[in-house]
This record gives sequence, structure tokens and C-alpha cells, in this order.
Amino acid sequence: MSFEPKIVGFLCNWCSYTGADLAGTARIKYAPNIRSVRVMCSGRIEPTFIVKALYEGADGVLIAGCHPGDCHYQEGNYKALRRYRLLKRILPEYGVEPERVRLEWVAASEGERFARIVDEFTEQIRALGPLHIKESLAEAMKDDVIPHEAHNEGSGEAHEA
Amino acid sequence: MKRVEIDPITRLEGHGKISIFINDDGSVENAYLQIPELRGFEKFVEGLPVEEIPRIMPRICGVCPAAHHMAAAKAVDNVFAVDIPPVAKKLRELYYMAHYIHSHSAHFYALAAPDFVLGPDAPKAQRNVLGLIAKVGLELGGEVVRQRAVAQEIQILVGGRATHPVWCIPGGVARALSEENAAKVRELAAGQLAFAELSLKLFNDLVLANKTYLDLIMGGIFEQVTNYMGLVDENGQVNFYHGRVRVVDTEGKELFTYSEPEYRDYIAEHVEPWSYLKFPFIKERGWKGFVEGAGTPLYQANPLPRLNAADGMATPKAQAEYEKMFDTVGGKPCHKLMVNHWARLVEILYAAERLIELINDDEITDPNARIIPSTTPREGVGIVEAPRGTLTHHYWTDENGIVTKANLIVGTTNNNASINMAVKKAAQNLIKPGGEVSDGLLNMVEMAFRLYDPCFSCATHSLPGQMPLTVEIRDHEGSLLNVVSR
Amino acid sequence: MKLKGGIYWGAGCGGCDVAVLDVHEKILDVAGKMDLYFWPIAMDFKYDDVRALEDGELDIVLYNGAVRNSENEEIAKLLRRKSKTLVALGACAHLGGLIGMANYHTRETILRRVYGETESTQNPDGVLPLERSTVDGNELELPRFYNTVRTLDQVVDVDYYIPGCPPVPQQILNALTAVFEGALPPKGSVIGAGTRTLCDECPRKKEEKAISEFKRPLEMIPDPEKCLLEQGLICLGPVTREGCGARCINSGVPCRGCYGPLEGVYDQGVRMISALASVIEPKEEDEIDAVLGGIVDPLRTFHRFSTPASILRRKRS
Repeated sequence: MSFEPKIVGFLCNWCSYTGADLAGTARIKYAPNIRSVRVMCSGRIEPTFIVKALYEGADGVLIAGCHPGDCHYQEGNYKALRRYRLLKRILPEYGVEPERVRLEWVAASEGERFARIVDEFTEQIRALGPLHIKESLAEAMKDDVIPHEAHNEGSGEAHEA
Repeated sequence: MKRVEIDPITRLEGHGKISIFINDDGSVENAYLQIPELRGFEKFVEGLPVEEIPRIMPRICGVCPAAHHMAAAKAVDNVFAVDIPPVAKKLRELYYMAHYIHSHSAHFYALAAPDFVLGPDAPKAQRNVLGLIAKVGLELGGEVVRQRAVAQEIQILVGGRATHPVWCIPGGVARALSEENAAKVRELAAGQLAFAELSLKLFNDLVLANKTYLDLIMGGIFEQVTNYMGLVDENGQVNFYHGRVRVVDTEGKELFTYSEPEYRDYIAEHVEPWSYLKFPFIKERGWKGFVEGAGTPLYQANPLPRLNAADGMATPKAQAEYEKMFDTVGGKPCHKLMVNHWARLVEILYAAERLIELINDDEITDPNARIIPSTTPREGVGIVEAPRGTLTHHYWTDENGIVTKANLIVGTTNNNASINMAVKKAAQNLIKPGGEVSDGLLNMVEMAFRLYDPCFSCATHSLPGQMPLTVEIRDHEGSLLNVVSR
Repeated sequence: MKLKGGIYWGAGCGGCDVAVLDVHEKILDVAGKMDLYFWPIAMDFKYDDVRALEDGELDIVLYNGAVRNSENEEIAKLLRRKSKTLVALGACAHLGGLIGMANYHTRETILRRVYGETESTQNPDGVLPLERSTVDGNELELPRFYNTVRTLDQVVDVDYYIPGCPPVPQQILNALTAVFEGALPPKGSVIGAGTRTLCDECPRKKEEKAISEFKRPLEMIPDPEKCLLEQGLICLGPVTREGCGARCINSGVPCRGCYGPLEGVYDQGVRMISALASVIEPKEEDEIDAVLGGIVDPLRTFHRFSTPASILRRKRS
């Protein structure tokens, strides 16, 4: 079975979630790999959500907000952009390809565009492959066991990741 | 063959265990002081901005963080080839003198003195600082606690923090000394001097005047003949903050001196598979194993070695004590390891006198305590005397001042081979056929390392750990029992 | 009746033990309420003495230092068994500490540096410290050195956390007093520190944050009265728990977060990404990138003390 990326989407209520909704009501087909989470504003999205999603099994994270100048709360999407740019810079240091996190501006009327973004992002992540952070962490720590416990039990036991 | 382990060794800073191998006839065949800890500072600082280094390196040790702070600060100044303002040098040295008073008195009273005040074979539960205070009484005990508190307080007044200072930065220090804080330090300084003198008096009354202890100190069990290292100023006198490193031989004759960038021409480090701590030695002589005596490549760095290597102390009362000490023990260089306890107290006296000199300096509250470095950073070495021995920090950076490499030779590391030999000799002389290997006896073996005031967290800043591909397990006759591979 | 206690260090530096001693004369009050049965820096009890205790016999154990090797882990588990209440003392036990930055490297690369590449080391035979070695016919053992630094609660259940590098002595005393009076908060709490951010404790003047340029501490001499972050110096005050008295700020340098995150914050360093990026001035992507480019080494600055506790824990290969 080929790899099916798990993508988490954080979509702002006023623009991008409405745009995604429009794709649905217009019956536009797009990749089913995205799991959408509605927030009131892209400015609500903390880097913690993104990092946690990646850690808990997401292979990619999409953040979508209103186009600059259109934020329902004036400045929220600028905050999202600033945080996103800093997070992207940092992710490679943890061994996470920055392409796995993507920010897009999606207006309420842009259902078709939302669908194409999801399709494109899904293929991009499919090409990158699964992230499997927990597995690779467990692998890095599997020899970290008390020696006599390892010998007695016959195998090294990985710690809870 | 029986293996007895003292695990962990106690009343020191850091982790260690002593493994003693006892023949069937009850005599000691060998003893090893193994250091099981490592953390990896030399590797994990790679990639960090160099100005963060002075505030990261103190975390090598919470008992002597100031030593690492100062060595790192000097090294990063040298990375930028910047000459810091005179008041910054004085402030750093002032801070450092208060630190010495804290560190040396913490060692003497909390770690070492219980053996002398309560006796080396007093019950385990009493052989500690609380037992000491109970024995000497609340008035004296309270004064000791109070004066170490004052030493910590002075560091806070001068540099903002006592444990883990963050205040030195390339180009100087991040905060000048206010008139208000200077006045407070001046008030406290006299008490520190009195405390230093009290400590020497106590040593005289409780230790030197006690025949059993005097025999222990002057006897052969705790004696070792090696070379000696310490920083000396332009007059050949002991200086903790800056100078040239001088090494004298087993007769006290100067072998060589070097300035900071030259250390690698003179000192090298050896590795053994049974300890995470490396073994420095005099490079030109090559590693010859655990041997003492004339021609040995091994050296010690500590209060007594410093006093052995120097021509004297730079302050008058300390100088008088220095002379008295060497007169009493039969001249220089002194090879009696326990005399380190005495030398440590002489150094507290020097630190207190120097502290008073510095706090009364006209310039000490000058607000211009920092300049911005302007040259391209490259590489720098900083050497100070940590309370436990000569401390060397070396950093390389790229042109943006990001650390590319780090190398450290730490105070106690200098003494690793010496401590091993001292522990072995003590074990061999104290544990005899037919005798019981009691707790008190094992504690006396521990006294052999305790006199070095070791700081094994310092010593093992580094991180090793590759597990072997094949391990052979043999019994005491050398027969192969098992081979384990991974 | 007197309580029974113990203090132990894993991969630590002794600073937390000195912080306990730095309660100075109040140590006698502590000793009046509690007998210590294990404290290697100051007392002669050995591991076998601890093994000989009954399970749960110690009322309280303070464990400082991170879990870096098998001995740290083994003794953490031993002390967990022998104690009723186990407290993670200090940043290393709480969050992994500064030494957690070793999680950007591996055992192999560090080994190679220390025993092979360091410029003063002479090791032509490539000798390495071994878990088991035979020397002069004698068999010697060392603990296993782990690839990853862990926090205490990643190996055993921890009841309370006293944060800081080291914790302010008065905070330790407050925590011990709460133990003596039986006035502890719910398990899992951070004790001996405040509930607001360091900014609330910091004496500097705060106005508006709209950073147009970041500076490194060695590049500027800051105004002594104004907020450091507002002057372009990265300061972790906004994401750090108060309680230290702003001691680094008062020394003239920015906060690096040793007291750890506030209640409910999942990852202090990632929180800093959010906090810091939020207050920069530009709105255009290329200008944003230009300002953010002035942050040198963001990851290890934001996670200076908390790499092992962070969501991502260590660099993946």
C-alpha cells in the first residue's frame, strides 16, 4: 500500500475555513488526506500546534488565513506569517523538512484554490515520505538502557518516546 | 581476589567510585578511582554564539562556576583580541576573590573538616557538616556559615549572581559596580579577613596540635612526589586570575612556563578505558603510566602545588603564613598531600587580603566597565587558577563569532593520575591482611582523594561513550570467562 | 516526628546542592525537621545504604541533575522506590537543563571529539572508556553513556518540580516548608516559584514592542533602564516563570529561561517562537525574514534549558 500522507490543516474561520467549506458545497474533489481544524483567526495558531501535530503523527501541516489586509481581526494574519517564517527556519535543525509546513492565504470565495492547494501539498508530502518522528526518536534512544536490565531481559527496551 | 567498591565516593563535588582489589591474603593489589560521569560541553557548544559561552560554561560546576566563567571570559576576550578596560579586570578579580573564599571554605568546613573534627572513623551519620556544627557549637558553626554566606553575597553585589554568574561578556563586564554596592562590600570585607585568620587558627588548634592528625599529614601514606603547576604573576607570586603557568619539578626547580596560547606545547592528555576522565601529563616526557618520583611526567595543580610552584604570596599576611607553613613542613616543595588543606586556608587569607585591596581601589566604581569588540573573532585561550587547579578554556569561532570548536583542560583533571596513585597508596597502606575492612578505614582511603577538593563534574565536562564491539570477561586468574559482542 | 529525606545528583553540576547550602543558617531549621539519609556532596551514605532502606521509607527526595547515563537512571529508579515524594530539583531534572543541548549531537560524534579530536589529547590507539574493561587483570565497570539526555520525569514518576538553574535558595526553603507543614499543592505542580512571567518581576521599563532589528549582546551596550527585548536583545522573560528575582537582568544580560515555562505551556522554546515573532515590526515576508535573520541560533537560544523536555526532544538523524 502506498504512503497516504496525514495532513493537519489549521484554517481560520472567516476566510480559509469558509473557502474550504465552499469547496465542499461545490462538490469539488480534492485529496482526502487533510484533517481540518477551525480556529477563529490564523493569529490563534501557535507554533506549538504545528510542532505537536508533527510529533503526534502528521506528515505535513497546512496553515491558512485571510489575505493580508483582510484579516477579520486586523493584524492576526501578520502574526501568523511572522511566526510561520521563524518556525520554518528552525524546523530543519530538528531534522524536519521545512516543506512539511505551509502557509497559504485563502479567501472565503476561493474554494477551487483551496482544493488545488491541498492536492498539491498532499503530493509534495507524499514525495517527501512519512515523517515518523516518534519512531525515529525511539530508534535514537533504543540503546539507552541500564546494562544489567538489558542483559537480564534479553533485549534493550526503548523508553516511552 | 575480592573487589570492594566505595560507591559513590562522598564529600566532594561530582561522581566517582573507588574499586579496590584485595588479594586472598587480605593485601591490596590495586585500587582505581573511576569517574563515571560525562556531559559533553566541549561538543555541544559548537554552533553557539561565542558571547553566550561565559554564561554557559559555569554550568560545568555549581561549586566553582566563577572559575569557568572567568576562564571562558578571558578566552572569548582573546577570541576578539580585545583588551578590556582596567576596571573590568579589577572587578572580575574582585568577584573571583570572593568566590575563592566561598569555594575553599565550603570545601574545608563542609567536606574535609568533618574527618578532622569528628574523626575519620566517626559514625557515618555524624561525619558531615551538621555533625561538625554540633561538635564545635552554634557560635563557631554559625560564624562559619555566616561568612560563607557573606562571600556569596559579595559575589552578588559585584556581579549579580553567585552560583552561575552571567556577567562577563566579550569586552568587559555587563554591569559596573555602584557606589552603594561598593560600600556594602567594604563593610563586609573585614569580616572575611577575620574569618580567614580564624580558619587558620582552627586548623592549627584542631589539626596541627593533634598528634594523630599531624602524623597522618607528615607521614608516608599521604605523600607523593610529582611536578607542580600554578599561575604566577610577573613577580613569581600566586595569582588566581591571570599570569603565566609555571611548572616546577620534583625538586622545586622551574621546568617551564607558558602563556595562554602555548598550553598545547606543554601539556597532553591520556585516555584509559576504565574512567571517563582523561589524564594530563607533561608532553615532552610522554605518558609513562602511574609513576611518581623524579622524571615523572605527572604533575599536580591545587593549593599546595600552586604554593610549591610560586615564589610567594602577593599579600603580607598570606606571605607570612606561606613562610610559616613551609618552615613547619620542612621546606619547598612539600610532597605531603594533606598539607593541601593548610595551603587552601593560606589561599583564603590571600583572597581576603586581595579582596580588600581591590574594593579600596580608586577606580573600582568606574562606570566604563565594557567596550564593544571591533575585530574579527577567530580563536582564544583563557587560563585561570580554579580553586582545584589550573583551568584552561580554548575556543575557535568562525568570522561571525559562532563557536566551531572547544577544548578544555579542567582543574581537577590535572590531578587525575595523582589522585589515583594517592588512593592506591592509601588503600595499600591502610587495608592490611587480617584486618577488617571497616567503614572508617574505607573513609580514610577516601581522605586520599578528598584533600584534592576534587570537582569531577568540572573534570568530566566531556562526553564519551562509544560502546565496544567486543568485550572479554576474565576472572581474577585471567582466564577468559565470556566474550560479549555487539 | 522528624521526616526522612535525601538529596541526590544525576548529571548535574552541584549548583542545586550549593543552593540548598545557601539557605545558610536556616539549614539548621531544616535539619531540625528532617534527617538526611543520603546526600553525596555532604554526607557519607553510599548506594548500599539506600538499597538497605525500606521501600517508601524516605518521606522526600530531591533529585537534581538530568538523566544522562545508566547510573543516573538506575539511582532515579532506586530513589523513586525508596521515597514517598520525589521532587525534581533544578532545571536539569525539571527540563533537561543546559546540558540537554547535547541532544543535538550523538554519542558517536561526541566520543570522536573528546577522545580523538581534541587538540590536547594523545590517543594513538583510539582507547575509549568502556562499560567493562580489564586492567592489570582486574575487571572494572562504568555506566552506559546514553545517546539522549532525559528529564527526570521521562524515567520515573515525579511528584513536584522546583525550577531554576539553580533554584533561588529561598524557593527551596519555601518548598521544604510546604513539605514540613503538609501544605503541598496537587501532584505534578511546580513549587517554589511564581505564577506570572519574568516580565512581571523585571524592574526594567516596558513600553511598546515593535522590533525592527535584533542585536547580539556583544554588539551593544543597552540602556540600563529599558526592557532588553525592546532594545532588540533576545530575552526569554515573556515565556519564563518568575521567581528568580530577575537575577540575570540585574547582572546586565537577558534571560535565557532557566525557570521554565508557565503553567499549561507545552513547550517553552516553541512558545518563544510565537512570542518573539509576534512583536517584530514588519508585515511583508521579505522584511520579516530580514529581521528574523538577525536571530542567531534560535533553537538553542529558545530551548537553552529545555531541549530534552521539548516536544521534539532531540535532533533526529
